[in-house]
Amino acid sequence: MAEFITFFFGAAVILAGAIGVVVARNAVHSALFLIQTLLGVAVIFVVQEAHFLAAVQIVVYAGAIVILFLFVIMLLGVDKSEDLGVEPIAGQKPLAVVLGASLLATAITFVLVATDGATGVGSADPERQLDSGITDIERIGRVLFTEYAVAFQLTAALLTIGVIGAVVLTRSLSTADQLDDLEPASMDLPSLAPEGANDEHHVDTVEEDAS
Amino acid sequence: MILAELALTPPYYLVLSALMFAIGATGLLIRRNPLVMFMCVELMLNGVNISFVAFGADLNDVGGQISVFFVLVVAAVEVVVGLALVVAINRRRADATADDVSLLRG
Repeated sequence: MAEFITFFFGAAVILAGAIGVVVARNAVHSALFLIQTLLGVAVIFVVQEAHFLAAVQIVVYAGAIVILFLFVIMLLGVDKSEDLGVEPIAGQKPLAVVLGASLLATAITFVLVATDGATGVGSADPERQLDSGITDIERIGRVLFTEYAVAFQLTAALLTIGVIGAVVLTRSLSTADQLDDLEPASMDLPSLAPEGANDEHHVDTVEEDAS
Repeated sequence: MILAELALTPPYYLVLSALMFAIGATGLLIRRNPLVMFMCVELMLNGVNISFVAFGADLNDVGGQISVFFVLVVAAVEVVVGLALVVAINRRRADATADDVSLLRG
């Protein structure tokens, strides 16, 4: 009974937030509605006794991803209101709503028609079973670091590639050119040259730059 | 007592998941601001996460929760690379909407 109430409370929070993300004119408001939705999803995870995922959901999504969104919105100064009335393709919005509604209708039809529950069987391994008595985080830790160890290692590679990609993409070309230009001169900086041995050469370089 | 007989079966979670996914997909098609489009993708990913956990609970298997863990990692990387692209595009032309960058050209 209690979990029923919690579920519907969480579902209401999620759906209100999700609709808010889509219809809010201001990107900052969309981001705040997204936080509301993600917190609602964390509540749903708690109802399903996935406590570790609920904590990760709040820390990673609300704490990191949405903050990154807000940071980029503020950085670019695109926090102006968007005119939702503009339609680059005639009738795009009604078509989008029809498509979304049919997607929803299809999914719900499948859920309601299939009364047998999920196909497939759960693992017979007690370490993987949810009712085996050990805590949630311990179970995930054991399975993640044994059975899924290779996939876990690959996520490390994926994260590294993602960070490198972000740095490469956001490195502005003009700054890179400036750095290339500066490189020969910076070699001659007095602080880098031992005991000012290149002082004379350094002065020459500065004069060349000035002319 | 009708209320006492109510139990949270997987269909409740799956319908909620379908609603979230459909709202996210609709938003992705409606909005033109690339940042809000990314947020709608996050909505869709979270909708799927709910059904992963529901199926895992139904089968009494931790695999569903492990899948959500990996989806979280991929979502984080996707946001980092996606926002880097948005920053790079905005440096070239401010106020770019998704329609302005439909050609893969600088």
